[in-house]
Amino acid sequence: MKKTHKFALFILLSLACVLAVIIFWDSSRIDVLNPKGLIALKQRNLLVISTLIMLIVVVPAIVFTFVFAWKYRSDNEKAKYTPNWENSILAECIWWGIPFIIIVVLSVMVWKTSHELDPFKPLDSPTKPIRIQVVALQWKWLFIYPEEKIATVNFVQFPEKTPLNFEITSDAPMNSFWIPQLGGQIYAMSGMRTKLHLIADAPGIFNGCSANFSGTGFAGMKFIAKASTEADFDAWVSSVKKSPNHLDAKSYKQLLKPSINNKEAFYLLSDDGLFDQIIMKYMTPM
Amino acid sequence: MFGKLGLDSFTRNPIEFGAGISMVMAALAAISFLFYFKRWKWLGKEWLTSLDPKKIGVMYVVVTAIMLFKGLIDAVMMRAQQAVSVGDSYGYLASDHFQQIFSAHGATMIFFVGMGVVFGMMNLIIPLQIGARDVAFPFLNSLGFWLFAVGALLLNISLIIGEFSGAGWLGYPPLTSMEYNPGVGVDYWIWTLQVAGVGSLISGINFLVTILKMRCPGMTLMKMPIFVWSCLCCLILIIFAFPILTATLAMLSLDRFLGMHFFSASFGGNPMMFVNLIWAWGHPEVYILIFPAFGIFSEIVATFSRKYLFGYVSMVWALAAITALSFIVWLHHFFTMGSGASVNAFFGIMTMLIAVPTGVKMFNWIFTMVRGKVYLATPMLWFLGFASNFTIGGMTGVLMSVPAVDFQVHNSLFLIAHFHSVIIGGVLFGFFAGFTYWFPKFFGFKLNEKLGRYAFWYWMIGFLAAFMPLYVLGLMGATRRLDHYDHASGWQPLYVLAAVGVLLIMIGVAFQVLQIIISIRDRKKNLDTTGDPWDGRTLEWSTTSPPPFYNFAITPEVNERDPFWIKKQSGREQAKKEYKDIHMPKNTPMGLFIAGCALIFSFSMIWQIFWLAGVGALGALVLLIIHLSDDDTDYYVTVSEIEQIENRI
Amino acid sequence: MTEHAEIQREVHSKTVLGFWVYVMTDCVLFATLFATYAVLHGNTFGGPSAKELFSASFALGETLILLTSSFTCGLAMLAAYRAKKEQMLAWFGITFLLGCAFLGMELHEFSDFVKEGNSWQRSGFLSSFFTLVGTHGVHITCGLIWMAVMMIQVGIRGIKPVNFKRLACLSLFWHFLDVVWILIFTIVYLMGVVNG
Repeated sequence: MKKTHKFALFILLSLACVLAVIIFWDSSRIDVLNPKGLIALKQRNLLVISTLIMLIVVVPAIVFTFVFAWKYRSDNEKAKYTPNWENSILAECIWWGIPFIIIVVLSVMVWKTSHELDPFKPLDSPTKPIRIQVVALQWKWLFIYPEEKIATVNFVQFPEKTPLNFEITSDAPMNSFWIPQLGGQIYAMSGMRTKLHLIADAPGIFNGCSANFSGTGFAGMKFIAKASTEADFDAWVSSVKKSPNHLDAKSYKQLLKPSINNKEAFYLLSDDGLFDQIIMKYMTPM
Repeated sequence: MFGKLGLDSFTRNPIEFGAGISMVMAALAAISFLFYFKRWKWLGKEWLTSLDPKKIGVMYVVVTAIMLFKGLIDAVMMRAQQAVSVGDSYGYLASDHFQQIFSAHGATMIFFVGMGVVFGMMNLIIPLQIGARDVAFPFLNSLGFWLFAVGALLLNISLIIGEFSGAGWLGYPPLTSMEYNPGVGVDYWIWTLQVAGVGSLISGINFLVTILKMRCPGMTLMKMPIFVWSCLCCLILIIFAFPILTATLAMLSLDRFLGMHFFSASFGGNPMMFVNLIWAWGHPEVYILIFPAFGIFSEIVATFSRKYLFGYVSMVWALAAITALSFIVWLHHFFTMGSGASVNAFFGIMTMLIAVPTGVKMFNWIFTMVRGKVYLATPMLWFLGFASNFTIGGMTGVLMSVPAVDFQVHNSLFLIAHFHSVIIGGVLFGFFAGFTYWFPKFFGFKLNEKLGRYAFWYWMIGFLAAFMPLYVLGLMGATRRLDHYDHASGWQPLYVLAAVGVLLIMIGVAFQVLQIIISIRDRKKNLDTTGDPWDGRTLEWSTTSPPPFYNFAITPEVNERDPFWIKKQSGREQAKKEYKDIHMPKNTPMGLFIAGCALIFSFSMIWQIFWLAGVGALGALVLLIIHLSDDDTDYYVTVSEIEQIENRI
Repeated sequence: MTEHAEIQREVHSKTVLGFWVYVMTDCVLFATLFATYAVLHGNTFGGPSAKELFSASFALGETLILLTSSFTCGLAMLAAYRAKKEQMLAWFGITFLLGCAFLGMELHEFSDFVKEGNSWQRSGFLSSFFTLVGTHGVHITCGLIWMAVMMIQVGIRGIKPVNFKRLACLSLFWHFLDVVWILIFTIVYLMGVVNG
C-alpha cells in the first residue's frame, strides 16, 4: 500500500479512537440512547432496530466498494478483465429485490409505530394523567397547570409513572418542544394547539429545549423537566401556590416581552383560561 | 428618496466589515490587473459577452469556487464559536451575528455552490457529450449565468451594506415576517434567492430543450452518456420545482411589503402553508443537486475501470424512479409539525422507497469495477470517498424517514450530519472528481496528481472528523443553530473535534489551491496533446484539449453508447466528410446588462427605494425587448475559417 | 440557401418547444397560487367571504371578453400564416383592445374592494385572492406589452420566419392565459359564489 495511504489510514483510525473514547466516556449523556420514559424507550428501540436492518445492505455496499476497487486495481495481474460485461439480470434482481423487501419490512414498522407513537395519542395507563399547558415565548418556556392552578417558567415538574398530557402552543415564532430523555418533539405554533403524551419511569432531572430556531435568544431557551415522587410533587405544588407572583392576563403581558437566558420562575395561576386566550388571540379579530 | 437606505446601513461590525473590505480589495486588485495588462477588451470579448457554453461553464465554476470559499469561512467561524462558547464564555460572536453566518452559509452552499456546480457542469459537458456545437438558447444561457452571478453579488453586498438574514437558509414565518424580522436581512435573503432562482429556471429550460433537440444523429435517448441522463432528470426536477420557490418567496415578500396575510400567524394566514410549499421545492432541490454528481461518478467509474457502466438501463430507470418519487416525499422535512400518524407514515414510506433505486445505483457502480481494470487516480479516490460518506448519509436519511425516530432527531445535529454527509459526500466530492477529470479537456494540461491526492485525504479525514461527532451530538440532544451551551451537557469535546475536522478540510482546500497554482506553473510539462488523457469513452474526449469554440468541425454520428471508446477499439477512422459552414451565435452583452438591471431592481426592493426599483425593472424589460427583437444574432463560420482552425490544432 | 431554411425550421421547433416548457413552469407557478388559495379561501378572519364579495355575472363578462380575445388571436395567427399582414394587425389590434377591456374590468373590481376596506390586508382569503387573480392580470399586462411590440415589429418589418416564431409563442401565451382564467373563473368565482 502506498505510504500516503498508510499514513491517512493511521490518522483516520486515531480520530476514530478519539471519537470512541469521547462517546464511551460520556455515553450516559447520550440522551436519546438513554431513555427515561416509555415513549423515548420505544423510539430508541425503533432507531436501533431500523439501523441494524439497514446495515444488512449498507455494510456490504461499503465493504464491496473498497474490496473490489482494490481487487480489480489495474496493477493486479491476477484479476480477470472483461471490459464488455455490463449486464446481469440476476444481479439486478438481487439489488432491486433485497433492498425492496427490506424497505417493505421497514414500511410495516413505520406504519405501526407512527400510529403507536403518535404524539397526539393518549397513553394507555390506569393512572390519572396530569395536564400541562406549554407556551413557547421569546425566549423561554411557560408551563401552565390548569388543574393545580400554578404556572412556571423554564421549569416543569411532574410525578413519576404518571401520563403527561402536554398541550402546546406558541406566542412567538415556531418553536419545538423537546425533552429527549422522555420522548420526541413536536412543534409549538401560534394559534394552534399541538399535543404530546409522555411519561417518566422514575424520578429524575431531564433536559428540555426548543428544537426549532426562533431568533436571537434561541440558545438560551432551555428548561428543566423534573420527575419526582407523587408526594414530592404535591409538596412542590403547594409551595408554588404560596408564590408572591401571580400569573394573569396582565402579568402575562410582561412575560411576553423578549428576554434571554431567563431564570426559573414560579407563579400562582390567577386565570386558568389563560392558555385558551393565548390561542384565541390569533384566531379572532380583536 | 433612498427608502430605508442611509449612512447607518453600512456595517460597523468589525468581522463583517473586514470580510467586506477584503472582497472589495480583491475586486479592486482584479480590476487593476486588467488595466495594467490592458486586458479589458479580452475580458469583454472572450468572457463577459461570450455565449460559448464552455466559457460560461468556466465562469460558473469560478463563481462557485469563490462562494465555496466564503461558505467554508462561514463554517470555520461557526465551528470556532461553538467550540469555545460554553458556560460563562459566550464566544467571540454575538448571537445575531452567528445567526447571520449560519443563514448565509446555508444559502451560499445550496444556491451558489450547489446550483453553480449543477449548471457549471451542464454547460461544460452536455454540448460536448451529445455531439452538439452549442445549446438551444445561447442568450438565455448567458442570462441565466449572469442572474446567478448577480444573486451571489447581492449576498456579498449584504456584508457591507445592511445585514443578511439571521433566520436560517430557509427561514420559516412567522420568524421571517415583518413582525419578528423588520430589518433588511430577510429581504436580502428573499431577493438573493429569487434572482438566483429565476436564473436557474431559465438555464433549466435551455438545457432541457438542448438535450431533447440537439443530440447528434444516431444518439437516441438510450445511447446518451449517463451523465446526460442524470442531467435530464435533474432538469425535469428544476422545471417543476423552481416555480414553487419563486411563488412562495413572492408570497412571503407580499406579506412583508404589502401587509398580506399568507403566512401570518393571525388574520387568517397559515404559516404551515409556507413550510409545505417551501419543502415542495426544497426536496426536489436536493435531488437537483445530487443528480449531476451521480452522473459524474458514473462517467468516472466507467472510464477508470476501462469498462462499460454496469446496468445502464437499470441506472436510467433508477434515475427516473428517484425523479418521480422526489415529488411525493416533501413532508418528511416536518414530521414534527403534527400532521397526524397516517400522513406521516405515508410520507415516511415514500421516502424510504427512494433508498431502493439509490442503492441500485451504488451496486451498479461497484459492479462496473468488478472485472474491470481500476486506475485509482484522484477522480476515483473522490468516488471511493463518496461511496462511503454518501452511503452513511443515505442510511441516516432512511433512519430519519421513520417518523417516530425523527421525533427524536429532527433539527438536531444528527440531521445536520446527515445532510452534510450526502451533500459533501455526494455533490461536493462529485464536483471535485469532475473538476479533476475534465480539467485537462478545457485547459489543455493535467492537474498535479500528488497534490490532488493530498487534497482528497485531508478532505476525507477532515469530513469524518467534522461530522461523525455531530451524529453523536444530535443523539445527545444538541439542536442545530446553537451559539452557546452548558458544560454539564458534555458536548464540548465533540464540538472541538468537529472544529479540528473543519481545519483539516481547510488544509485540503489549501492543497487544492496549491494544486492549481503548481499545475499552471508546470503546465508545459503536463500538456494534453491528444485530447484524451484518460482513455475516455464519450464524445468530449474525441475533441482537442481545449476544443475549438464550435466543438466539432464535423457533427459526429453515433451508433451505440460510449461511441469514442468503440471508435478507438475498432480502429476504424470515420470516412472524412466535407466541412460545411457552421451556424454560431454572436457574442452579446445583453445578458450581463439585463442581470445588471436585475441587481438594481432587487437591491432597490430590499431597501424599499421604489422609484429605483421601477427604473431597474423598466431597464430590464426594455433591454429584453430590444434583444428579443434583434434579428441579427447569429453568424456563419465559413469553411475556410474552419480549415484554418483545424489545421492549426 | 435551403440549409438556411432548414436551420430556421429547426430553430422554430426548438423555440416553440422551449416556450412550451416555459408555459409548463408558469403552470406550476399558478398551481402554487391555486393551492394557496384552496387552503386560505375560507380564512376570512371575520371579514367578507367569497359569496359576499364576488359577482359571478361580472366575472362572466370578463370571461367572455377574454375568450373572444383568444378567438381573435387565433384569427390573427391564421392571417399571419397566410402572410396577410394588414389582417393580422387588425385582428391583433382587436385582441389588444379586448385585453385592455379585461384588465380594466379587473382593476375596477379590485379598486371597488379596496374602497370598501376589503383589500389584500384584510384576511388570508383576500391576500390569496388578490395575488392569484392579480398575478394573472400581471401576465395579461405582459402579454399586451408583447402584443404591442409585435404589432410594431411586424408593421415595420413584415411577417418573416424569424418573427413568425415569436408570434407563435405570443399566441401560445395568450391562449394559456385564457385557460388559466377559465380555472380562476371556475374555482374562485363560481365555486366561491355557490359554496361561499
